[in-house]
Amino acid sequence: MLTIRNLESGYGQLRVLKNISLHVRSGEIVAIIGANGAGKTTLVHVVAGLLKPWRGDLFFQEEDITRTPAEVMAALGCVLVPEGRQVFASMSVEDNLLLGGSILRKRNGTAALRSQMEQQYARFPVLQARRSQLAGTLSGGEQQMLAMARALMAKPRLVMMDEPSTGLAPLIVREIFTIIAQLRAEGNTVLLIEQNARAALDIADRGYVLETGKIIVQGKAAELLANNDVQRAYLGREQIG
Amino acid sequence: MLWEPDKECIKEDDLKQLQLERLQSTLYRVGTHVPFYRKKFAELRVNHDDIHSLDDLRRLPFTVKQDLRDNYPYGLFAVPLRDVVRVHASSGTTGQATVVGYTKNDIRTWSNLVARIITAAGVGKNDVIQIAFGYGLFTGGFGLHYGAELIGTSVIPISAGNTKRQIQIMQDFKSTALVSTPSYSLVLADTMMDMGINPSGLSLRYGLFGGEPWSEAMRQEIHQKLGILATDNYGLSEVMGPGISGECQECNGLHINEDHFLVEVLDPVTLEPVPEGEVGELVITTLTKEAFPMIRYRSRDLSRILPGTCPCGRSFKRMERVMGRSDDMLIIKGVNIFPLQIEKALFEVEGTKPHYQIIVEREHHADRVTVLVEVTESLFSDQMKKQREIVDQIKRRLSSQLGVNIEVKLVEEKTLERSEGKAKRVIDKRSF
Repeated sequence: MLTIRNLESGYGQLRVLKNISLHVRSGEIVAIIGANGAGKTTLVHVVAGLLKPWRGDLFFQEEDITRTPAEVMAALGCVLVPEGRQVFASMSVEDNLLLGGSILRKRNGTAALRSQMEQQYARFPVLQARRSQLAGTLSGGEQQMLAMARALMAKPRLVMMDEPSTGLAPLIVREIFTIIAQLRAEGNTVLLIEQNARAALDIADRGYVLETGKIIVQGKAAELLANNDVQRAYLGREQIG
Repeated sequence: MLWEPDKECIKEDDLKQLQLERLQSTLYRVGTHVPFYRKKFAELRVNHDDIHSLDDLRRLPFTVKQDLRDNYPYGLFAVPLRDVVRVHASSGTTGQATVVGYTKNDIRTWSNLVARIITAAGVGKNDVIQIAFGYGLFTGGFGLHYGAELIGTSVIPISAGNTKRQIQIMQDFKSTALVSTPSYSLVLADTMMDMGINPSGLSLRYGLFGGEPWSEAMRQEIHQKLGILATDNYGLSEVMGPGISGECQECNGLHINEDHFLVEVLDPVTLEPVPEGEVGELVITTLTKEAFPMIRYRSRDLSRILPGTCPCGRSFKRMERVMGRSDDMLIIKGVNIFPLQIEKALFEVEGTKPHYQIIVEREHHADRVTVLVEVTESLFSDQMKKQREIVDQIKRRLSSQLGVNIEVKLVEEKTLERSEGKAKRVIDKRSF
């Protein structure tokens, strides 16, 4: 689905990503974990076409996307659920969803758009209850759900989620991650960026640990959970048993 | 049968991507955590950031056995000792042991890779596997043990030696698979004959052999005498132990676990890659090891990559069984011995001359080593008692330092052949 080799990128003079190689296979949840400033967001921004790579190769479904701009990436089926939700606060929940579905409507018509919206309401019943409410009046957890639903409106091939757990209560985090696991069960592919390593690795198939712009270790989620470096740095504990 | 079909039949492109990702993070970890590699990388002016393809591997430094000795015991570990859950040492010898370590994940990976090899050899969960490799510091016993347990095979951890007991247990416990050196399986066969036991009455069906070089002729002999399918598997403790490669039931070469090891075949003199399919030294880089990663470890084992694909469906490359060594190391009963170690022991004994010859023979499938040592003329002519003392002294010293028994014969001064240039110290009369 997504293959990255030797990616380097950054801002101005600042090299943030240093020789990153990774891949995501169809139907997988792949977690990228790492501390603040490790380069996680920069990485998904490059994939989403929001930031240009300095060097390296990027392929999305066998297609070279090294220089593909954001709007084309979205049309190819690669969508980003940005950090901090970023829903359109002054628009209604439903209008937010319609906006997310604009690509789908152009491609498959209004009926497809309607059915896609019904699916999202079924997945997130709370959004249906608040369909005509302004997005800005939703709680943090509801806004996160709206951001996810909006991204899914485009019927994406790859959903990239940047820190979906940020600023949410533990109970809501659990709900959000249950929904992400469901997405995989429905055949979706997810690239999940998280500081909350435990929550992410619990649902992910594989993971990569990013540290100061480099991948220090990768492997099956269970292997990363058992890795002592990962435990010390990201799971906040010394080795137990 | 395949243990991990999705991995063992991986497509070439997917494998290359996986190898690159794993190589890059391994380099990052050794460059950060292992002072030896940090220094070597700096000397060669390579940065792990500069490795952009698998071909760039050739820019990286080699690691040799001496590097392991120089960093004895824990100097090359890439994790703190508290993260290490197992320590092994090379099957070598006491004085020059090399130490390797494993994290919990390393043990998991190791077990899994050995499970692949045991499965490929035809052994499954319903089998009873008799592990006659040495346990202890040697990686052979534990390596096979953990892999077999992971599959669910019933494991008999009998360890090496005590041939009659091995046979007794093989009969009584109805072992279906044997793990040992190939030569030991023939010792077992011959002993069975002596004991009047017909091997065809046993439950034994599979033999998983490793630890020493052997030949196709020996495979046939094992098959004839024991009626089992004999497969070869390969590993070395410095890299992990058993589990690096192994034969499937097609018996046409050892599938290398390429998703965990990069294997280069190099000319041992120029250290350049040999043309495809030609014989050279195996140089191995680990891709997933946490505690003891190795970059371009020179195994000194000679082999080649075999052409074509295997009907079993595994996509991993196959190597021919190891044909010999690119140094003068001898493998005696599975123990690694260097002539220099024998020389050192001799020098410590008074009255001996620095002229010696090591004769290696194989009799009734057991290796026998005899060291011929020149002694001073006076000693040779009249002091019988002194002679016996010297022989005993050398024998004791050799057996305690090498861990195997070695015969010693004293000879008169100037009776051993002198050669121009490099002395021919070792006469290996064995045919594998």
